[in-house]
Amino acid sequence: MDLLDVRNLNVNFQLKREDLAALIDINFSLKHGERIAFVGESGAGKSILGFSIVNLISRPGYIKSGSIKLNGNELSHLSNRQMRHIRGKRIAMIFQDPMMTLNPVLTVGEQMVEAIRSHTDLRKKEAKNLAIAKLAQVQIASPENRFNQYPHELSGGMRQRVIIAIALLLKPDIIIADEPTTALDVTIQAEILELLKHICDDNNVALILISHDLGVVSRVAERTIVMYAGRIVEQGPTLEIINDPQHPYTQGLLNALPQMSLPGHRLNQIEGAMPSLNDRPKGCAFHTRCPYVMDKCKQKQPDSLYNGVSHVACFMVEDMMKEISDESYDFDEGDGPDNGAYLLSISQQKGDV
Amino acid sequence: MKRIPLLQISDLEKRFTVNEKWMSQWSLNKGRSYKRQNTVYALNGITLTLHRGETLCIVGETGCGKSTLARAIMGLTKPDAGEIHYGDQRIDNLNDRQRLIFRRRMQMVFQNPYASLNPRMTIYQTLSEPIRFHNPHLTRTEVDDKVSQLINSVGIAPSWVDRYPHEFSGGQRQRISIARALSVEPELIVADEPLAALDVSVQAQVLNLMMDKQEEYDLTYLFITHDLAVVEHFSNRVAVMYLGAMCELSPTKTLFDSPKHPYTQALLSAIPRLDNNTQKPIKLIGEVPTPYDAITGCPFHARCPFAQERCIAETPAMKRQADGSSVACHAVEEDRL
Repeated sequence: MDLLDVRNLNVNFQLKREDLAALIDINFSLKHGERIAFVGESGAGKSILGFSIVNLISRPGYIKSGSIKLNGNELSHLSNRQMRHIRGKRIAMIFQDPMMTLNPVLTVGEQMVEAIRSHTDLRKKEAKNLAIAKLAQVQIASPENRFNQYPHELSGGMRQRVIIAIALLLKPDIIIADEPTTALDVTIQAEILELLKHICDDNNVALILISHDLGVVSRVAERTIVMYAGRIVEQGPTLEIINDPQHPYTQGLLNALPQMSLPGHRLNQIEGAMPSLNDRPKGCAFHTRCPYVMDKCKQKQPDSLYNGVSHVACFMVEDMMKEISDESYDFDEGDGPDNGAYLLSISQQKGDV
Repeated sequence: MKRIPLLQISDLEKRFTVNEKWMSQWSLNKGRSYKRQNTVYALNGITLTLHRGETLCIVGETGCGKSTLARAIMGLTKPDAGEIHYGDQRIDNLNDRQRLIFRRRMQMVFQNPYASLNPRMTIYQTLSEPIRFHNPHLTRTEVDDKVSQLINSVGIAPSWVDRYPHEFSGGQRQRISIARALSVEPELIVADEPLAALDVSVQAQVLNLMMDKQEEYDLTYLFITHDLAVVEHFSNRVAVMYLGAMCELSPTKTLFDSPKHPYTQALLSAIPRLDNNTQKPIKLIGEVPTPYDAITGCPFHARCPFAQERCIAETPAMKRQADGSSVACHAVEEDRL
């Protein structure tokens, strides 16, 4: 059985005059120890999805319909009191800015002991030992001293390590990391990502990484979910998504990276901007920016179809699959937009220059 | 033909005092009071030449002094030692009035477009103020024309100029900031992490705009960033800074093909890339220390895997290499890398 199973999840925001849909028909599952990533621009709904798993969306947001099952137990109907046993204990969260997450007037130790004691009946002494052991596990030097320090005495990378240690305290099944390295430098980012990956492997913890950086995602996640305007547009193995993206939005995101164009040339930008919640276009939400837009894209929303490797919601890909199956080709030889070859040709050109 | 340098910086130094108030300098220890003033050594002897029409990127981690350098060039902080020459005139010791003509020739784009636009001014007011200030002879219609032409050239409809900054998205705001910088027709634009607050696709739009404008007006960019993918794409030369000192200055291609300084190597290996994830990042021990004391020896020696006694004792000077790069490292000099 899957560890986490999300089916047909809809999250809305109830405003005075209108009821805006922030997440529409979200379906995905997570296995024990698996690392997945949510990718998309700001406003795609990836953070809302992360928050709604632990039921942290506050009014005016609410879960309209759908189910979120952790080990077969429904989470979306739980009361706040019941949810408190899940949050922190079964599902831990790591947020973007480590300075905002740690309480500035409590020492690191006090915060860790508080978290342990509110979920277990360990004594203070035992809790302290556990906390120091976890600090050591996230490779903090001299954890006994750090235990008594205040957050402002630690550097940014160190703070994020403390947060990871806190997340690990109660042996959770899932860690949700919402842009954990955005506030950090590249060298520190590399260390933290490496640490997260090891921690998850060693403790068999599943990881949900929320990020807008495809480079970060490719380093950590096994599976990637690409989101656009509240819907999942593509999901599949990270390597496949990066080397052979199917959905035009995923292609656009990848092609916009500076390393995908020759130095000194224009970058391949996606024209326009993501629509806001209250003027979502009819049909496929991406059709206003899509280079391959067809008439039917403006009429109705494409279904998410499985092409043997990944799930894609796009009429162009659907047509291509139909064509291929009509002419009874092998799926592997389908001539979709081949980014792998594109990448290769770019790197060859770079070598020649 | 040798190009005339647009900007020359020599041995620039800047120190900040942490506890400026007289009272906070005193501390009590074992019944006796001590006076102590903490100093941060932000820039320690930066020498840099910027040529007309080129793009120079400055990279480095938080706290290495790259923003301080930008602010010193723009005259927003006064350096403690060293000289800055613009063309053939020294500009670091000018007062505000004398600096005016240079303000027009160099402009700055800031990191956070949410904070750098005045929320109480419409886009028209934001853009027309510098135009009117630097061209007092223009009539109202001429200013209007200029503003709408400017806003159009950064891809925003001229009919939107009466809106306020909060009505625009992050990418649009950053384009407005660029339009504001362009409004006085400068020669040099200093951009301090202009892409840091933006998404990948929006980043591409802003970067494209900056490249277009460079071609159009023959601009010179001093571009400060920590995103090395952008650097590789955008710049002609790269300067790597660490703890207020320059460690490597190379043409972009040379830097990415053969990084020489151990710090540059570690920095390059840490970029999350799509294509080769097999390469393990070089691990650096610890983080950038805050430079509370004057640094002796190589600033990088505490984290450098190749550090020796000489690195602790003696500060390395920038040495020119055969392939056109300059490196400040004893290990490179002694050929033991």
